[in-house]
Amino acid sequence: MSRAQIRSRPWRIRWPFANRVTPLALGAGILIAWLLIALFAPLLAPYDPIYQDAAVRLKPPSWAHPLGTDNFGRDVLSRVIWASRIDLQIALFGVIFPFILGTIIGSISGFFGGWVDTLFMRLIDVVLAFPFLVLMLAIITIIGPGLGSFYIAMALVGWVSYARLIRAQFLVLKNSDFAMAAVSLGYSNSRVMFRHIMPNAILGSIVFSMSDAVLVLLNGAAISYLGLGVQPPTAEWGMMIAEGQGFITTAWWITTFPGIAIVTLAMGFSLLADGLGEALGVRE
Amino acid sequence: MSRYRFVLYRPFQLLPVLVGISIITFVLVRSIPGDPARVLLGPRSTEEALRRVREQFGLDEPLWLQYFYFVKNLFKGELGKSILYKVDVLKLIATRIEPTLVLVIGSVLLALLIATPMAAIAARRRGSWPDHVIRIISTAGLGFPAFWLAIMLILLFSVQLGWFPVTGYGRTFVDKIHHMTLPCLTAGLALAAVLTRNLRASILAELQSDQATAARARGLSENTVFWRHVMPNSLVPTVNLLAVNIGWLISGSVVIETVFAIPGMGQLLVRGIFTRDYMVVQGVAMVFACATVLVNFLADILTVSIDPRIKL
Amino acid sequence: MNDDRTPVLRVRDLSVAYEGRGSSTSIIDAVSFDLHPGEILGIVGESGSGKSMTCRALMRLLPSSMLRVTGGTVTLADGRDVLALPARDLTRVRGRRIGMIFQNPASHLDPVMSIGRQIAETIRHHKGVSRRQAWSNMLDILRQVGIPDPESRANAYTHEFSGGMRQRAMIAAALACDPEILIADEPTTALDVTVQAQILRLLQQLRDERGLSIIFITHDLGVVYQLCDTVAVMYAGRLCEYGPKHEVIARPRHHYTAGLVACQPGTDGGSGPVHTIPGQPPVAGDMPGGCRFHPRCEAADALCKAKQPPLTEAAPGHQHACHHPAHTDAQEAV
Repeated sequence: MSRAQIRSRPWRIRWPFANRVTPLALGAGILIAWLLIALFAPLLAPYDPIYQDAAVRLKPPSWAHPLGTDNFGRDVLSRVIWASRIDLQIALFGVIFPFILGTIIGSISGFFGGWVDTLFMRLIDVVLAFPFLVLMLAIITIIGPGLGSFYIAMALVGWVSYARLIRAQFLVLKNSDFAMAAVSLGYSNSRVMFRHIMPNAILGSIVFSMSDAVLVLLNGAAISYLGLGVQPPTAEWGMMIAEGQGFITTAWWITTFPGIAIVTLAMGFSLLADGLGEALGVRE
Repeated sequence: MSRYRFVLYRPFQLLPVLVGISIITFVLVRSIPGDPARVLLGPRSTEEALRRVREQFGLDEPLWLQYFYFVKNLFKGELGKSILYKVDVLKLIATRIEPTLVLVIGSVLLALLIATPMAAIAARRRGSWPDHVIRIISTAGLGFPAFWLAIMLILLFSVQLGWFPVTGYGRTFVDKIHHMTLPCLTAGLALAAVLTRNLRASILAELQSDQATAARARGLSENTVFWRHVMPNSLVPTVNLLAVNIGWLISGSVVIETVFAIPGMGQLLVRGIFTRDYMVVQGVAMVFACATVLVNFLADILTVSIDPRIKL
Repeated sequence: MNDDRTPVLRVRDLSVAYEGRGSSTSIIDAVSFDLHPGEILGIVGESGSGKSMTCRALMRLLPSSMLRVTGGTVTLADGRDVLALPARDLTRVRGRRIGMIFQNPASHLDPVMSIGRQIAETIRHHKGVSRRQAWSNMLDILRQVGIPDPESRANAYTHEFSGGMRQRAMIAAALACDPEILIADEPTTALDVTVQAQILRLLQQLRDERGLSIIFITHDLGVVYQLCDTVAVMYAGRLCEYGPKHEVIARPRHHYTAGLVACQPGTDGGSGPVHTIPGQPPVAGDMPGGCRFHPRCEAADALCKAKQPPLTEAAPGHQHACHHPAHTDAQEAV
């Protein structure tokens, strides 16, 4: 068998993005683009997002209204742009509150162990037994609909993932050489916990929070879609989809474009999570 | 057979979780501000009815005793009456189980049907353009809101093509399948995105595993190695993933039932929230939680039966 | 090595390279050897010397798509070149003509399929017999490799076997379809000494009973001395010495072989310091020019640095690749 024969390989397509654009860069790019859109919403949006113009109800995309208008004559493009402020806020606060609560509980549980740990682990088991959205809806039922209720419900339900991650890290790290050394130097518990162990433990949670942001965003949109989150007339993508659902046979644009907005933002977070996980060597 | 002994004692280990579920639902409903009897019966209730509820649930007693009454009623299968439907909550839920069960099982089957070949193609032809396309689609699929995907599918299959009805559940078996295809597809596609990503990763690891190399060294063809040795080993973590995702799938079904107006438990829950039918909300949340615990238990049995190494 | 019989396996100039991002790094460089019927050939070398890779390459089982066979032939007794076979025919050579066993039987057996089914599956694949026939053939082979009570053990899974029994099961799977060649890739390294001795005895017995030819890969010269007829010594991806066991071990010509022999405990009566070869083996991609052993060789000179020594035949059947071959006395070496 000749050298050339063995070396010959089947013809392969060169995928244009496969090597040059990393998931990290693509995800960060999408996210920055949405951040800029939200930041400059007043400049970018051609119309007032809540102004109702009875003359242009349910108009298809045109030069005057690139993404069409809804049943109240509001400009869909302007509403999609303004809604990015609300949805980015949902992703941000919907991650931060559970992150903080979970980190506190997880570190206490992992550091002190004993009955405190047992108690929290049992609580986590019970919270995990409830389907995520069902428990959130039950909490929102009690405290009433609205964005604030969403954040409270999110924190009460979402902390478990972070607590489990941080606890697992603490269990490993508290027996590591450097933590032992810190304890033997007579440092206080809180100093060892927050100055020595926490910086090492938190990396995995940060990567996880990126993929968690996808779930939080979808949850926030779903709850608003159900009518229990953001209240009209504020523009929010999930609610816009709900408002347009009744007109899908005649005005597809009202539901389609907010959905595309959610998908792109979620994809930005997913790619960022994948890229970060790969770059930092953290696996979910 | 000793590996299956856990089937007998696991239910006892799950007891604390079940107690926890009852405590949480109890606390949730009792935290609603106002006279609990009026909360449970709604604003337009008679004095007579209020008195009966106070007695049944011990609402004049201290809180810990109220929980005791609550559990006692639970064992009797009395979760209270729905304000809206005027029937026992458990009976009401019983009539709503079928559509939800069909939706969950149907979407898991569709998800496996979609994800298995996708993951197989992507992993076996790693780095090829089908792999890239599948990876991009499955990454994007993670971020698809179920309710939006549902509407888009309705737009395509019901409005444009007219293949499936827009909403509803149907009466006969065939009619039900017809109605449930799109809802199952919606949830199935969302689940397939998660499954494909994970299955692809575990197939890739198994393809390079020592046992696959040894199977090739015995002369088995690449196809035999794949389907008889790589696939069974890759599916073990997938069963676990499905079990972990059951809560997520139920959450999705709540939204999907609302979009398609399917008379299942999810729709019952959402209606209950809007009509302040707290007994219904409490009952549905509890049944969903118990179902999640049950599914995880069944998944453990399934895992033990496909992986002889695992001992629980 | 000038045997009249045709070898069951003739390897000529087998070369493997790591190819990635347009560059090519040689891993195995022109390795040649013959395997005769009933012969046990030991391939010896440090880890990373390419001994395992050579055998993976001739089975076309290279562990990564980046690794490529860049030249050479592997000829079977019937004249076919394994490296040129189409995929269909390759699956009829693997397992049927050449069986292979590995270092770590626990990871090389399917954990979720019973041992018996894995072996029966192979038999059915190669012989096309009925399920029942395959099952009874499988029980026979389990008995032959010394697994007690095969009827019940066949339904057990890998994790239910002990280390030695797992290796026996893997040998059974490799030999289920009567291949004339067995490649054994450090099959005893992970086993403790008594079990190791049992497995070596089993391999010898199989050779005697079936006329099996065995390529035995090891880093342990002591095992070679016990088991093999011929030895091939590899260093940094090249063959540096090849010949009959007694020849090579008693009169090593290559200084690396001489070093290995000297490293064997007990060679000088157990007294004195343990001999070691100074320095580290080179890594692929950073190979020294000329003789690859020259940085660690005490006999090296400018010639060794400049020119790769060709494989030359000093005594009949005894080849070495050294510019300044050693002439160690038999008494001194063994």
